[in-house]
Amino acid sequence: MCGIVGLFLKDSTLEPDLGAMLTAMLVTMTDRGPDSAGIAIYSEDSAKPFKITVQSLDPATDFPALSDRIAKLTGAPAQLLEKGSHAVIALAKSAADTVLTMIRSDFPELRIMSQGNRIEIFKETGLPEKVAAEFSVAAMHGTHGIGHTRMATESAVTTLGAHPFSTGSDQCLVHNGSLSNHNSLRRKLVRDGMHFETENDSEVAAAYLTRRMQGGDNLGGALQAGLDDLDGFYTFVVGTETGFGVLRDPIACKPAVMAETDRFVAFGSEYRALVDLPGIKDARVWEPQPAKVYFWER
Amino acid sequence: MKDHDTGTPRTEPRQSATFSNDINAEIRRAAATGIYDIRGGGAKRKVPHFDDLLFLGASISRYPLEGYREKCETAVTLGTRFASKPIELAIPITIAGMSFGSLSGPAKEALGRGASMAGTSTTTGDGGMTEEERGHSDKLVYQYLPSRYGMNPDDLRRADAIEIVVGQGAKPGGGGMLLGQKITERVAGMRDLPVGIDQRSACRHPDWTGPDDLEIKILELREITGWEKPIYIKIGGARPYYDTTLAVKAGADVVVLDGMQGGTAATQDVFIEHVGQPTLACIRPAVKALQDMGMHREVQLVVSGGIRTGADVAKALALGADAVSIGSAALIALGDNDPKWEKEYNALGTTAGAYDDWHEGRDPAGITTQDPELMARLDPIAAGRRLRNYLNVLTLEAQTIARACGKSHVHNLEPEDLCALTVEAAAMAGVPLAGTDWIPGRGGY
Amino acid sequence: MTILDLSEQALRSVNAELQSLNGTQSNAEYEIINPRGSHALAVGLNAPIAVKIAGSTGYYCAGMNKHATVQVAGSVGPGVAENMMSGMVVVDGDASQYAGATGHGGLLVVRGNASSRCGISMKGIDIVVQGDIGHMSAFMAQKGNLVVLGDAGDALGDSLYEARLFVRGSVASLGTDCIEKEMRQEHIDLLNDLLARAGVDADPAEFRRYGSARQLYNFHIDNAQAY
Repeated sequence: MCGIVGLFLKDSTLEPDLGAMLTAMLVTMTDRGPDSAGIAIYSEDSAKPFKITVQSLDPATDFPALSDRIAKLTGAPAQLLEKGSHAVIALAKSAADTVLTMIRSDFPELRIMSQGNRIEIFKETGLPEKVAAEFSVAAMHGTHGIGHTRMATESAVTTLGAHPFSTGSDQCLVHNGSLSNHNSLRRKLVRDGMHFETENDSEVAAAYLTRRMQGGDNLGGALQAGLDDLDGFYTFVVGTETGFGVLRDPIACKPAVMAETDRFVAFGSEYRALVDLPGIKDARVWEPQPAKVYFWER
Repeated sequence: MKDHDTGTPRTEPRQSATFSNDINAEIRRAAATGIYDIRGGGAKRKVPHFDDLLFLGASISRYPLEGYREKCETAVTLGTRFASKPIELAIPITIAGMSFGSLSGPAKEALGRGASMAGTSTTTGDGGMTEEERGHSDKLVYQYLPSRYGMNPDDLRRADAIEIVVGQGAKPGGGGMLLGQKITERVAGMRDLPVGIDQRSACRHPDWTGPDDLEIKILELREITGWEKPIYIKIGGARPYYDTTLAVKAGADVVVLDGMQGGTAATQDVFIEHVGQPTLACIRPAVKALQDMGMHREVQLVVSGGIRTGADVAKALALGADAVSIGSAALIALGDNDPKWEKEYNALGTTAGAYDDWHEGRDPAGITTQDPELMARLDPIAAGRRLRNYLNVLTLEAQTIARACGKSHVHNLEPEDLCALTVEAAAMAGVPLAGTDWIPGRGGY
Repeated sequence: MTILDLSEQALRSVNAELQSLNGTQSNAEYEIINPRGSHALAVGLNAPIAVKIAGSTGYYCAGMNKHATVQVAGSVGPGVAENMMSGMVVVDGDASQYAGATGHGGLLVVRGNASSRCGISMKGIDIVVQGDIGHMSAFMAQKGNLVVLGDAGDALGDSLYEARLFVRGSVASLGTDCIEKEMRQEHIDLLNDLLARAGVDADPAEFRRYGSARQLYNFHIDNAQAY
């Protein structure tokens, strides 16, 4: 149960403002989700060919130690940008698997939030305004981003239980609603080799889509298959390296508003989230249809 | 038994526990009619209940209060969180929501009279507010239901509190069903339906789904009523920990929690008997949810579903409820299922105490009916007096127990004043099995 | 004309000012500026006042309206004019889900599109939508009239009671127990009146009428799969 915001830029001159625009949108959705908040932001940066975002309960101890280990492992000084409880590690793509394996085995206290060519995920418990400030989201630039404010229903209010959920490289998912068959689906996905961090129904949806894409579906195909396999109520916004998608369940009770201009495509759980976007007055504003896959790609 | 010819012993005829006579009769009924059984009331099966708990009482380590001389308070205030006009009740027992339509006008009037005399509130139901009810209830809670039958802003403003009904213990997740026989001209008019047709009520609210939307719905209702009236959220006994948490997050002043023994005017028997948790099992998770948020006693918890005696009242309060609510018991106090109508119950193919086809509108006691002749059997003044008497007895009994436990207010009863007779009840109520310090299942829900 | 600025005044104070005329015959005029998608705006009004909202609103705008005329110069969120009793609500832009839900009376006009569940459980309200409406519109609609100049989404009029539905464009699919019915002169007259009151120029003869087949009114075993 939650608030969702999303922004996909068509006009590259807006890219320096992405974080600021997303922050404002996120904060308006505080009432829908006061428990935790998070964002996934996608940016292109030649200095950072591959990015791993990690979170730690004790950054003062963990991040320097991690920095040392990466330097030793790769033979080059690690680029590790600390932001609050999170840090973004930039490294060559070729070193990514080695480093990820090392973090999982040697730093079990670190949580891997995301990994990919463009994605960075920051999420924490607390009010959206506090979370956005902690990570200086307003200062971030990028091509597209997704934000989420959470009102927890059944699973715990924790950092890992916050959205977005990332279960594959450069992939993320946020969810408003409540799935009704996620426990059975989780058991099936575990048998298929998927790994879960939480009891959250939304993580199951994220892993389901990742699994479908591993099997050869594109995002559109994975979302289409989800209409048959995911039961319950949902509005999903899904991010990939190059774009984002939107899907609502066939009953479509949970709210969703979209706006499109020459410069951007925006998503909000409520219109309030969109009111400050540039040129919103002349934007095409509509509600996504039930059971229809929407996708924007660069 | 012996074979008469040979004298060799034979097996006795033996009924199956699985295919019992009841079950077989239901199979034959289903085969003949092709429709599920619809009935009123709550779960009839035996489930762990308040009877499985006992109070410890005072002894040498605890000192009792003198009955009749040393005071034991019973007053409770509901809606202290946001409402500028909370509801102050003399006793911690309220009358649960029952609709006009399912009940007759005089029955609603009798509920209002009895409750007002006892210093407590009554609640409307799925069908709007009637003059009988408003006129005779000092404090009236207006239910806001998925059907919104008869919902209007004037009644909203003249109510003393608003109860948003998310679910009922008899049927968490289910809608209503009122068969055509009871949709008389007056009932139909109030519900904007044609006379005599089956009324199918929705199970979800038409204009919100989930706690994030509910928060906005509560805002709207508060804005319409000037932030004066307490907003209750009524939930069925499904997932009491989560549902209580979300009701509080959405902004409720009061949570009303209805266990599976809670009655309904009419729904499928399979729903009543097989969906939802027993009242006893619901209270502690709900109280834990309030405690985890620091909201116990800030947001009041009203428990219903199978409250019959002052002991039940005291036990519910000891487990952490602020008040209880009665429905079925109130109807019996008015005269429902009274053996004096036994011949007429027999004519309907049933017997006093078992009559539950309330939806058919032929209630010999004249309570769950819209038939003018049957309705006339209930004198609302006398019936109101019976309800007042009954509420007084419940209160006196609860006070008796509270004093015996050394409490000067019934709200000071605690789980530690209780023990359980069965392992099941001990686990559900979170109190030790009698004679032990063992609470089965401790360590999470 | 009194201006109420939501960027300076709290929602409670704006609504309280509008509601202070409840029960009177006042036809005072108000303009609310900077609504910025606010919820529960101009709700619970009960006087023949005129309120113009300059911008888009959130959930439940003009909820439970009685007598007042509320015009939104923008779009509205879910549940506009929910449970309206009388008066008139006009939305210049689009309406989200549940427009006019459970309304008992009055007239709701949406100049743009309305999304899903438009007129759900309506109980006497008249709704005129100049654009399209979404799926499950008029679900369990009991009384009143829903007029759509554009197209209707899936499952129109599912489990319909006595409400009348008029659609000029296409209907994606009809819900259970909803059928097309004959347009008689009385319906043309009714439409003429509704369109005129809504300030819409359209020819009633171009509409098709849908209503309840009344097969679900009393349970019958042969209809069990429809429940």
